[in-house]
This record gives sequence, structure tokens and C-alpha cells, in this order.
Amino acid sequence: MTRVATPDTADETARGTTVEFRGVQRAYGSTLALDGLDLTLRAGELLALLGPSGCGKTTALRLLAGFDKPTAGEILIGGKDVTGVPAAKRDAGMVFQAYSLFPTMTAAENVAFGMRMRKVAAAERKRRADELLELVGLGSRGGSYPHELSGGQQQRVALARALAIRPSVLLLDEPLSALDARVRVQLRDEIRRLQLAEGITTLFVTHDQSEALAVADRVAVLNAGHMEQIGPPQEVYTRPATPFVAEFVGVMNEVPVDGHRIVVGAAENRQVRPEGLGVGSSDGLPGTVLTSTFLGPVTRLVVSTAAGELTVDVVSRAGLPGIGEATTVSLIA
Amino acid sequence: MTRGRRWRVVVFVIAAIYFLVPLVAAGEFSLRKPGGGYWVGNYLAIATDPVLLNALLVSLEIAVLTAVLVLLLVIPTAVWVRLRLPSVAGLLESATILPIVVPPVVMAAGIAFVQANLDAPVFRSLFSSSITALTPFYVVLALPFAYRAIDNGLAAIPLRTLVEAARNLGAGLPSALARVVLPAIRSAVLGSAFLTLALVLGEIVIARILLYTDTFPIAVVDVGRSAAGVSVALTLASLLLTWVLLLAVSFAGGRRTRSTPP
Amino acid sequence: MTALLEPPAAPVETVRPVRDRRAVLGLLPFAAYLLVFLGGPLYFVITGALTDADGRPTFQNVITSITEPQYRLAFTSSLLLSAVTALIGAVFGVFLAQAVITSRAGSPLRRIVSTASGVLAYFGGVPLAFAFIGALGQTGLATLFLRGIGIDLYAAGFRIDSLTGLGLTYIYFQIPLMVILITPALEGLLPQWREAAENLGASAWSYWRHIALPVLAPALGGATLVLFGNSFAAYATALALTSGSIPLVTTSIASALSGNVLANQQNVGLALGLDMVVVIGIVMVGYLLLQRRAAKWTAR
Repeated sequence: MTRVATPDTADETARGTTVEFRGVQRAYGSTLALDGLDLTLRAGELLALLGPSGCGKTTALRLLAGFDKPTAGEILIGGKDVTGVPAAKRDAGMVFQAYSLFPTMTAAENVAFGMRMRKVAAAERKRRADELLELVGLGSRGGSYPHELSGGQQQRVALARALAIRPSVLLLDEPLSALDARVRVQLRDEIRRLQLAEGITTLFVTHDQSEALAVADRVAVLNAGHMEQIGPPQEVYTRPATPFVAEFVGVMNEVPVDGHRIVVGAAENRQVRPEGLGVGSSDGLPGTVLTSTFLGPVTRLVVSTAAGELTVDVVSRAGLPGIGEATTVSLIA
Repeated sequence: MTRGRRWRVVVFVIAAIYFLVPLVAAGEFSLRKPGGGYWVGNYLAIATDPVLLNALLVSLEIAVLTAVLVLLLVIPTAVWVRLRLPSVAGLLESATILPIVVPPVVMAAGIAFVQANLDAPVFRSLFSSSITALTPFYVVLALPFAYRAIDNGLAAIPLRTLVEAARNLGAGLPSALARVVLPAIRSAVLGSAFLTLALVLGEIVIARILLYTDTFPIAVVDVGRSAAGVSVALTLASLLLTWVLLLAVSFAGGRRTRSTPP
Repeated sequence: MTALLEPPAAPVETVRPVRDRRAVLGLLPFAAYLLVFLGGPLYFVITGALTDADGRPTFQNVITSITEPQYRLAFTSSLLLSAVTALIGAVFGVFLAQAVITSRAGSPLRRIVSTASGVLAYFGGVPLAFAFIGALGQTGLATLFLRGIGIDLYAAGFRIDSLTGLGLTYIYFQIPLMVILITPALEGLLPQWREAAENLGASAWSYWRHIALPVLAPALGGATLVLFGNSFAAYATALALTSGSIPLVTTSIASALSGNVLANQQNVGLALGLDMVVVIGIVMVGYLLLQRRAAKWTAR
């Protein structure tokens, strides 16, 4: 999908924007929501800020949007310090969790609102609002009020509204968390598609690791106001830097390993994802199946062994050991 | 932020002056001693004046009866509407506005017409005392705010789940109401009851037009002709009493809900 | 485009639960009570208004009640008093409610204001009148204080038992009623609306003008109408404050009923009552229409 050409040059500047958090700290009373965050968003990348609730990810986003002020440190957009700039002048488009559309305005009026505040001529506002609604697949719903739209459609309008002001950075505050699973995946992929097409620097805040891994160029994992790790999704998933990241991003087994075999009491402990283990091989570590959960394509088994409880994901098929049955666990190459 | 705070301070200061000055003035007046100085004698009149004391007892009796009737009418109806007839909730809310549409003075006019022109035994017994004559109509006056308060209380609890859980455990609907729902909305219930009390202690229009002069608010107004201080002292006392009761309910209710995270 | 796969939002109107006919019986006690004890008096007001002293049907009472100069004056004063106190009460009530809502969460201020509003809004009446006499009567505390600093209210023509004095007193229960009525609507303004507006470049003023006020408009209009009806119906305060000396519709009804004037006056009093019910009825219909409109926007 290509961007519809527009006469002004705002596009080019928008594409090249970087965002930088420099030692940003935010304290509420004696608790530190953010403790010296250093983070750089490269121009045009989608960075997912991942962490459990209360980890500071929303605080970081709100500081960047200008709804809140850091107690120390500075925030730069496109190299300029915006720490003291009010939210209304920051040029950051934001999509909220839910219910952020103005209820008395139609979808098209919502999309046009930011341009209205910027004194864009009415005809141009309408043209661009229609264009953006078309872009998010709601070309025919411009006259609908928010309460006449489904949750997914509302979030599409919110996305169009945020993009309408040609922001230098797009902020997504758990925009999918209020939607049901099928719509969530659909909209997630569409956000990524639009973001790539527009080439806009994007900060995507989420607590859902699968969401972060699926769409982000890089994932930053936050815990208790600290950054635990930042890197491409594959790296964060396969080589977690800290035990917290390992636990939070998927399930991780600690397995004592000697060569290519699991050996209780072995000197080396290796972190292995559930899909890195298999069951039923003759030279594996014996154990008993505690639980078996059918997840569709894979089945997740928790096996009690002498090396502790191990979580194993195997391709769903007939003949897998049932609960209470004996089996063996081994590394798969 | 400072600009935001400044308008709030202005509003609070104006409100404080406007709302407190009359109360303070009334308080000062109620403490004046005839011939100079201050005393609390006006407040003690409630114990020494048999007319006032009797009137207070009559009004308290009316208040209790009114509150019981109001709650008996409102609680089952509001619960029923929320459980079985959510579609008529709007209609019923409109119905509870009806008593506002018919002002007390007009209601009194209609009742006075019956009182003067109809003479069936049922009317004669209805109008035989201020308690029997006033209570049914005070119930009507109290319905709008009581319904609103109880319905708000019900909105704040998972009513359907509570009732279904209770019935699942073998309780009938009445005992589910009494043992599960009622305790859950007790601050709304108490709030309605105290507002009813305030209404009965302040209602003079219907009582005056129907000529039932033995209620507390009428007696207080009448005593004002000879002893204004007593009048002011007692009205102030009843106003403050109601407010303190409501405040206590509000704080008690608030503590309970705060202990559970939202 | 994948969006087309998504089912459209179900129109709210069509998903009403099926009404269980027998369930309606549960409303019987409540409805019957209102019918007897509210409908009964209302029935006699209407029939009385439309008959003469001998029970013959006539429109004469109603005609008298709206053409007789003293009643026209009463209607004028009542309508004026109600309109002015409703507007002032509504405006200040909104500010007070917003000030309370935006003050520190969990402070006792909220409870104090909301409970005090409950007491003052519904039952100001007698105590209120006495308090105002104590403050602004001839020898009232505020009167004396102002005289002390050189402002003599009574020399300037002020009287507490005048229409102005009455208005000043009515506002005392109008503001709390507004606080009660408008607080839910103000709390219904979602914080993300303000943030989204700010994010899109709106100033605080633009936010109020383009978003908050349009959202609040039905609630504000509805609440102001209720305030109007409240003033229009009020009698206790006027009775206690002025002993009925100000010609209002309510005081006119009361004096017509006391029957110490002409024989036919009772029916005219009932006709005045009917007029009042009609006026307030119209106001309430407006209120309900606005309520419905407000509910549409909050439906999620």
C-alpha cells in the first residue's frame, strides 16, 4: 500500500524522526515508576514496550505524549528536547486503549478534529479524513457515530485520527487489549502494515508478549521501572538477557545438560524453551505427565522429572502420553 | 496546573461563604438569650415544652412508618426491574419523576378536596389522625430520591450473580433478597431512610393545608411566633442531625467499598 | 480489506430482551400505590378544576386561573423566580460539582459536599428560611456586618421577604440539587477524551467547547429543567420566609384553598394546581427527551 501523495512536505520530515529517552525518571511520592530510562527509537521503527502492569511502560508513553512530566531526565523527538512542551504541541499521535473517540462526533469528524485544531481548511480536512478512513477500511462509515461502530472499528477510527495530523511519532497504548481475539490479530497486522507504509516511528505499549513479538522491529522489556532487555523479537525470545525476561516472554525451562543429554546434577544449566524439548525418546530423562493441555497445533505437557517440572510443547498427534503416564524428556536438536 | 487550582479555590470560597453564612447566622441567633448574652436554652425547649416533645414523637412515628413503606415498595421493585424487566427501567425512572411533576401543594389541594367533600368511612379513618393521613402521601414524596438511591446501590453490586448464587445454594427469592442483597446495599438503604427522616422533619406544606398541626415542623414554625430562637434552634438541630447521619452512612459505606480493589 | 469481515455493531434498539408478560406483575404493588396515592389527589385536582361549586362541568375555573390579574401576576413571578434561580443554580452548581470532582480523590470533601447536597437540595424548606432570616433579615448577622462596613442593604431597598430575597434563598437549594444531578454526567466525561483532544492539539478551552460541552449538553439542559420545576413547585420556603405575602402560584393555591374568600375559590385553586401540573409536566417531558439523548452517547 502506498501513501497517497499530498502537496506539502510534512511526509518527509515525519519519516525521519527519532525519539530518545535520556535518563528519564518519574517518581510518584516515594515510588519510582521509571528509574532512569534510556531508550532510543530509530526513525521509522516500531518499538514494542513490553512488561507486566505497573512496570512503567504506560508512564513512559504518557511522558512521551506530554500528559505527564518526568522528575528527571529529558525526552527528545527528532533531536529536539520536548520535555517542557505541552501535549497539545508535541505532534505525537496517540491511540488509546478504548472509548477515546469523541461520542458527539461522527467518525469523519473525529478524524478531522486534529486538523480542525490546526486550522486546516474544511475542504482539505474532509478530503484527508475520507482518505484516512479509506486507508483503515472504513471508507463507507464516515457518517457513523462511535456508538454505532464495533470495538474494532472504533479503534480503526482512532488510528486514522492519530495519523491524520501527520504526527512525527505514533503512540499506541495497548490499543488491542479491549478487543476479542480474532479482531485483535486482524487489527494488529493492519497496524503493522499501515506503520510500514507510512514509515512512522511508533511506540507500541503492550503487556501481551505474543503481540509484541509479532509486530515489533525491536522489543524493549521493562520491569519495575528498569529496562531489562532491548533487541529484535527473535533475540529477546531466544536469548533472554535476564531471568525476568525469560519468564515473562514465553515459558523457559532450566535444564541441567551434559553434551546433548539432560543429566541430573550436570555442571551446565541451559535455558530451553518448551518447543526445544521432546518426549518419548529412549535416552530421555524419565518422568510422569502432570498436565496435558491441548492448544491446537501443539500440546503442552508439564512433566515431573528428577530435574524438576519441565514444560514441553509437542506437535499435537495421536499417541501422546496422557496425564499420570510415564514418559521421558529430551532435548531436540 | 496552578491556573486549574485557582478557579477551584475561587469556587470553594464563594460556596463556603454562601452556604455557611446563613448557617452560622442561624446558629448565632439560636444561641441568643433574651435580654443579651448567649445560652443553650432554646435547644433545651424540646425537652421542656410538652407540645414540641409530643410533636417530635408524632413526626418520628410518621418518619419510621414512611421509611418502612418506602423501602418495602422500592427495594423489591428496583430489584425486580433489574433482574427481570431491564427494558422498563427507563419507564420506571420516569414514573418516579411523577411526584416531582405533581408538587406537594397541588397534591395537598387534591387531598383537601377529598377531605372536605367525601365522607365514606374509609376516608374518615384515613383522615382521623395526622399519622394515618400524612404517611401515605409522604411515601409518595419520598419515592423519587429513594428509588434513585436504592437503584444506584443496586447498580454498584453484581446483583444478578449474587441472587443466582444464593438461589443456587437453595435460598428462595425472598430470602436471597433479605440475606444477600439487603446487606450488600445497606448504606443505600440507610441513606434513603435518613433522607426520608429529613423529609418528614421538614414537610410543612401538606400538613399545613390539611390542618394537621401536631407534627414537628409545624409545631416548630408555630412556636416561632412567640419564641423565634427556639424555632431556629430546633430546625437547625434537625438539619444537622440528618446531615450527620448521612455523613456517617457515607463514611461507613465508603470504608467498606474501599477495602476491595476496583 | 479485512475490515469488511468484521461484523457491524448490532444496532442497540433491536437487541431488547423479550419482555416477560408475567414479570410485569411484579410492578403491580408499586404501580397500584402510585395510582391510588398520587393519581387519586391528581384526579380530584383535575375534576375539581373542571367543575363549579355545584359539581357542574365548566372551564370557567381554568379561564379565571390564567386571566385574573392577580393570578397572572403570580404566574409571572413564579416563572421569573424559577427561571432565574434555575439558571444561576445550574451555572454555579456545575462549577461546584466540577471543583469537587477534580479535587483530591478520597478527601472527605466529596462526602461532605454530596451528603450536604442531599439534605439541602431536598429539604431546605423551613430551616433554610430561618437561616436566611438570621443572616439577611433586618437584624441578621450578615446585614449587621455589611452595615458595619458601610453597606446598608435595607436602606438600599432590600428585604428578605421580597422576590429578590426569595430568589437568593431558593438558590441555596438549587445549587445542591444541581450538584446531585450533574455529578454523574461530569464523572461520565472520560479522561481519555481530554487526553485525546490535547494530543490532537486542542487547548483546554477547545476541549470544553468541542467535546465536553456537546457531551454534557443534554444532561445540563435536563438538570436545568428539573431545577426550574423544583423552584416552580417550591412552597415551604416561601411560606416560612414570607408567610405567603409574595404572590406566587403556590401561595395563590394555598390561599384559594383556605376558602376564607369567595365560595368558588376552591375550584379556582384546583385549576391553578392543574395549570402548575401542566407547566411542570411540559418541563419534565423536555427533561426525559434530553435524558434519552444523553443515554445514547454513553451507550457502549
